[in-house]
Amino acid sequence: MAFGFWQSTLGKKIVMGVTGLIMIGYLCAHLLGNMKIFFGPGEFNAYGHWLRVMGAPVLHHEWGLWIARIVLLAAVILHAVSAYQLSRRDIKARPQKYVHTKPRMSYATRTMRWGGVILGLFIVWHILDLTTGTTHSGGFQEGHPYQNVVDTFSTWYGNVIYIVAMLAMGMHVRHGFWSAAQTLGAGNHTRDRALKAIANALAIVLTAGFISIPVGVMTGVVS
Amino acid sequence: MKLTLRVWRQKNPDTPGAMATYELDGVSQDMSFLEMLDVLNEELIVKGEEPVAFDHDCREGICGACSLVINGDAHGPERTTTCQLHMRSFRDGDTIDIEPWRASAFPVIKDLVVDRSAFDRVIQAGGFITAPTGSAPEAHATPVPKADADYAFEHAECIGCGACVAACPNGAAMLFTSAKVNHLNVLPQGSPERETRVLDMVAQMDAEGFGGCTLAGECATACPKGIPLFSITAMNKEWLRASRKVKR
Ligand code: HEM
Ligand code: FES
Repeated sequence: MAFGFWQSTLGKKIVMGVTGLIMIGYLCAHLLGNMKIFFGPGEFNAYGHWLRVMGAPVLHHEWGLWIARIVLLAAVILHAVSAYQLSRRDIKARPQKYVHTKPRMSYATRTMRWGGVILGLFIVWHILDLTTGTTHSGGFQEGHPYQNVVDTFSTWYGNVIYIVAMLAMGMHVRHGFWSAAQTLGAGNHTRDRALKAIANALAIVLTAGFISIPVGVMTGVVS
Repeated sequence: MKLTLRVWRQKNPDTPGAMATYELDGVSQDMSFLEMLDVLNEELIVKGEEPVAFDHDCREGICGACSLVINGDAHGPERTTTCQLHMRSFRDGDTIDIEPWRASAFPVIKDLVVDRSAFDRVIQAGGFITAPTGSAPEAHATPVPKADADYAFEHAECIGCGACVAACPNGAAMLFTSAKVNHLNVLPQGSPERETRVLDMVAQMDAEGFGGCTLAGECATACPKGIPLFSITAMNKEWLRASRKVKR
């Protein structure tokens, strides 16, 4: 059964939808946490510390954080693997293009694959930049996330990478949220307007919210 | 009207094809698109050339035999079948591109004719009920709620032409398969095989090499019978339910 599920195009698509929704859920929580940056280094760094003691005293130091990391890593991998396998299949199923072509689908729909690749690369860079500090500009300080964020957004390329990725994320979420509703069988005529409105709202709030941070650093609101 | 036609010509499945250009004069606005092609073919035969092969049968918009991607649209610019498309939808002097359905599950046989037997095999996998039928039963013997009857009828309208596959950027047969699944699964006659039907038909659809759904919506836009995109959502729901219920 589990094997048959994964073998089916519908099963893979359902995996993609569920993992996509998990990631959207995470993005909402991540954005709420990040907004603390506008209340100063004390509050933001305390929040960073709380992430490590989350779930205490039931959970040991950093266990909550690691559980979240493992779930997210599994989600990203499953999502990317099913996206890759389904995309290969789709391209094979339509090898010959029409001579007479016209642009049809919305921009968000057409950019799901390349947008997804941009997001995948961004996730790797983002972790190397602000979690491990491997590619961080200037001295990365463990336990001082506020300063690290300010450093990243004090470089032009930090801002460019981040803002481009957030625009791609917004579009991916816009088509992705609505698609996931269809994939999981939740859409219909009566609900469609509401689902589209939620998809647009999620896309706009997540994009604008995340972009407000580099803009905050650039304008000196966060420093 | 005078038209320039650019038509896909392909001798057989193994020979590569190409677009060929024909000038056609004296086309009436009242002709159907297929009648216009008949006129072209008569001219070609008189000139000793091979006529353009294309599929057609009822020419009433009910059988699903006609196909053709016209100027990039499956069944052309109107929401109807190619046989019910009339030349008044075009203008004098137009250049019209005519291509076959494109999908690896629908290989070209000749010119504009493609092999759609993959659809037959999807139907054979579960698009039927196994109850013995005999002559028409008494209509009141099996009550069907009005809403269910309407829903079944909306999906029963699918004529299996394959425009959805032709229009889909992934060559997916999701709209066709969902129309058949939803039509039977909502009715009492179809309910004993509700789970196996959707699982088997989807498995066959995959085995035929159709692509997957990316919710582009092109299929529902192209469908001459107006099968809605949410049919796919409903099939996803049926499939998810069945794969939880049936242990195989
Ligand atoms: C690892 C990088 C990623 C890749 C390669 C990727 C790729 C894709 C692709 C190809 C699709 C299918 C597009 C379509 O149906 O037209 C998709 C759908 C989706 N993606 Fe992503 N994506 C990635 C990251 C993300 C992230 C970070 C999120 C969360 C915000 C996300 C949320 C979704 C959702 C909700 C769907 C809809 C699934 C469905 O149709 O059921 N993806 N993704
Ligand atoms: S020829 Fe029968 S539907 Fe067009």
